Amino acid sequence: MAILENTYAGLFCPAGGFHIDPLRPVDRALITHGHADHARAGHGAVMATAQTLDIMAIRYGEAFAGMRQVATPTRIGDVDVSFHPAGHVLGSAQIHISGRAGSVTISGDYSRTANPACAPFQPVPADIFVTEATFGLPVFRHPDPLDEIGKLLASVAAQPERAHLVGAYALGKAQRVIMLLRDAGWDAPIYIHGALQRLCDYHIAQGIPLGDLRPATIDRSTKAQFAGQIILGPPSAFAATWAQRFPDPVICFASGWMQVRARARQRGVELPLVISDHVDWPDLTRTITELDPAETWVTHGREDAVIRWCDLQQRAARPLRLVGYDDEAEA
Amino acid sequence: MKRFAQLLEQLAFSPQRTGKTRHLVQYFAAVPDPARGYALAALTGDLALRKVTPSMLRALVAERVDAELFALSYDFVGDLAETIALIWPGGGGADPPLPEVVEELAATAKTALPGVIAARLDTLGPSERYAYLKLATGGLRVGVSGRMARLAVADFGTLPLTEIEELWHGLTPPYTSLFTWAEGGAKPVNAAKAPFRPVMLSTPTDAKALAALDPADFSAEWKWDGIRVQAVCDGGVKRLYSRTGEDISAAFPDVLDALSHDAVLDGELLVRRGDAVAPFNDLQKRLGRKTVSARLLASHPAALRVYDVLIDGPDDLRALPHHARRARLEALPLDPARIDLSPLLRFDTWDDIAALRAEPGDPVIEGVMIKHRQSPYLAGRIKGHWFKWKRDPMLIDAVLMYAQRGHGKRSGYYSDFTFGVWDGEALVPVGKAYFGFTDAELKELDRFVRTHTTERFGPVRAVAPEKVVEVAFEGLAESSRHKSGLAMRFPRINRIRDDKPAAEADTLETVRAMIPR
Repeated sequence: MAILENTYAGLFCPAGGFHIDPLRPVDRALITHGHADHARAGHGAVMATAQTLDIMAIRYGEAFAGMRQVATPTRIGDVDVSFHPAGHVLGSAQIHISGRAGSVTISGDYSRTANPACAPFQPVPADIFVTEATFGLPVFRHPDPLDEIGKLLASVAAQPERAHLVGAYALGKAQRVIMLLRDAGWDAPIYIHGALQRLCDYHIAQGIPLGDLRPATIDRSTKAQFAGQIILGPPSAFAATWAQRFPDPVICFASGWMQVRARARQRGVELPLVISDHVDWPDLTRTITELDPAETWVTHGREDAVIRWCDLQQRAARPLRLVGYDDEAEA
Repeated sequence: MKRFAQLLEQLAFSPQRTGKTRHLVQYFAAVPDPARGYALAALTGDLALRKVTPSMLRALVAERVDAELFALSYDFVGDLAETIALIWPGGGGADPPLPEVVEELAATAKTALPGVIAARLDTLGPSERYAYLKLATGGLRVGVSGRMARLAVADFGTLPLTEIEELWHGLTPPYTSLFTWAEGGAKPVNAAKAPFRPVMLSTPTDAKALAALDPADFSAEWKWDGIRVQAVCDGGVKRLYSRTGEDISAAFPDVLDALSHDAVLDGELLVRRGDAVAPFNDLQKRLGRKTVSARLLASHPAALRVYDVLIDGPDDLRALPHHARRARLEALPLDPARIDLSPLLRFDTWDDIAALRAEPGDPVIEGVMIKHRQSPYLAGRIKGHWFKWKRDPMLIDAVLMYAQRGHGKRSGYYSDFTFGVWDGEALVPVGKAYFGFTDAELKELDRFVRTHTTERFGPVRAVAPEKVVEVAFEGLAESSRHKSGLAMRFPRINRIRDDKPAAEADTLETVRAMIPR
C-alpha cells in the first residue's frame, strides 16, 4: 500500500484513512491552509493549525465541519502525522506523514520569502515531496516586494489627485500589502473593503499589527476625500459599483501574476505589483534540490515545466493533475 | 536604461492619453540629453535599428535555456521579447546610459550583434532587458503614436505643436536642438527639404450657425471622404504627409510621381479610377504600407483632389486671402491623371448649400466645406474661417449584446458596448461604441448591464437582448474580418431607445442595404 494515493477527492493516505486538502466532502480531512480551494466546508472531521481552523470558521461559520482538531504531532491509523510551517499565509502548514510505506511531505502552498504574518518555511525531508507549482515556469522570478511597494508609493506621490485602488485577496495578500506599506513608512490610514474586515481583524487579534485601518464605505458625495489615499479591496470588487465611488482611480493589483504584462492588461490594471505568497521558480527548484526527495510529485499549476526540470536534473517526478484547485485564485 | 524601462512600463499600463502624456513630460523633465532624445526617437519610430530579428533572438536564448522550458514559457507569456527578458538566466542590476546602448546597437555589424546583445542581457535586470529587446527589434507597442510623443514635447516646453510638426522632418535623433528650444533656447532652423507645414483645420457648422453669416463672403466645395494630405515638391524632393505630419510617401509612389512643380499642395487623397472616386474602404487598402505592389497600384490607383496651395515656387502664399490662393492654385500646371482641382460649388444662399448637401450625387461625398474668401492659411483649428457641414450620420437601431468595463474615470462602469442586429432569429454583432452617450445615459446603461448579465468572459459581460440603442456612424463598408461582413466608421451611441422593443431593431439585411455602391 502506497503512503499516498491520488483519488477523485484529492490526495488520500490509505494507512491513515484521511485526505489532504480534499476537493470534495470527505470523512476526515487534514488541511494545509485557509485558502478556499484548499480548505472547503462540509468534511466530517478536520485537522489543521489552530489559526487555519479559526480562519475556516470566519469564512464558513462555526459549523464548517462535524469535528475539528488542532494539529499536533500525532498518530492516525498506522501513520505518524505532523504539521510544519509553510511560510505562505497566517496558519499555513506543510503536512508530513510517515509509516511503513515510507514518508511524504505535502507542501500545500509555500513561500520562502520572509512574511511577518507567519513562521518561515521549514524544510522537512521525506521520500516523496509534493510541491505546488503555481509559478512553476522559469519566467517567474519574484522581485523584492518592498521595491514593488516603492512603486505604489511613488505613484501615489506623483498623482495625489487620484485614489489608488489595490486589488488583494482577503486572506494573506491584503495583510501582506498592508504590512509592507507600514514597513515602507506609510503611516496614513489605509481604507479597506468590507470583505477584508474580518480577516484583518483576525490578524490584529493574532498580534500582527496593521496600523490604522478604516472602512472604505463612505457615501459617494465624499468622493474627493479618497484623493491621494490607498484603498484595498478584493479583485472581484473592482467589477462592482464599489469602484465607482473613488476619484479617477489607479487600478493596482498585488499578485505574482502581475509579472506577465498580458495578465495585467487583461485585468485592466494600471499599476501591476508583483507581490506573491508562493515560491517563484528559483525557490521552487532550490527547495527540491535541498530536500533531495527520491520522488517529486507536482500539483496545481504549471506541472509540465517542473517535471521537465526534474527530468533534466535526472530526478524522478510525476504530475498529479488534480482537478479542482483554482491555480489562478489567491496567488 | 532603468528610467527608460520604467517609462515604457508606465506608458504600457496607462489606459488614457492624459496619463501617457504626463509620464512622457515627467520623463523629458527628469532625463538629460541625449538620452531623452533617443527615447523620443524610439517612440516616434525614428530610431532605425531594424537589424535584430526574432529568429536571432530565438537562437540566442536557445544557447542559454532548455528549448522545452522556453517553449512552455513562451506559450504562457505570449510575447517573445518579454519571455526572453524574464527567462534570461542571471540578473544584473546594470544601468547603462541609454545613448551608449543605442549607439552600440547602431554601430554593431550584423554578425557581431548576437554577442553584443547577449553580453548586455547578462548585465541587465528583467525590466531593462525587456526595454532593451523592444528597442533592438523596433515596435515598442506602448500605445503611443508619433503625434502623441510630439504633443508631449510641446507640453513639456509649452511650445506650439504645429511648429514642432513643421520642424519635425528636418530633425534627427537625439533631437538635442528641439529639447534646447523646449527649455527656453533658440528655435531650431529648418534645414530639411520638403518639410511639413501645419495644416488649417475646420470647425463643424449647421444651418442655424450659418444663418448668421453672409453667403457672399464664402466659397464652398464638396467634402470628399478620403484622407487629408499635404503634397510637397521642393527642388526634386517629394513628400506626402498626413495632416498630423506623418510621412506617408512610401505608400503612394503614384501620387509622388505626379508632382512636378515646386509647391506645397493641400488636398484630399482618394482612390480614383478615371472619374470615379472609390469609397474610403478602397483607400484604406493603400494606407499604412512601407511598400506597395504593382498590382495594388493598378487596382487601387491613388489620386489627389487639391483645394489649396501654401507655397508656389519661391512664394509663400499663406498670408494671402483664400480667393487669391485659389486663383494661384487654378493656374498651377497639374497632372490631370493623378491631380485634379476640387471644384467650387455654385450657390447664392445657404438654402442652396443645404440642398446640395442633401443630394450630393456621389456616395463618397460626406458633406460640404465652407471657406471664408478672405481667410489666410492659418495653422490649426481657428474658428470663423473654415467650416465643415457634414452630411447627417447614418442611423440604425441595434440591440446591446456585450459590455466591457472602462478605465480611468470610467473605472467600474460598463462603458464599451458591442451591439448587433437581427439575422433571422439571431443577433449578429455589427460594431462597438464607447462614446456618444451622456453621463446619465452611461449610468443607465451600466445599471442595465449589471442587472441583465447572462454570461461573463473575464472583463466582458453578455447581456440579455433587450436594450435597443440608436447607433450613429459615418460610413459603412464590406469587411471580411467581421462576422457580420460589415465595418462601421466612428460608431457611437446616439440615444437609448427604450420606446422600442428589441424585436423591432434593424436587421442585417437593412443595414447591408446602406452600404454605398
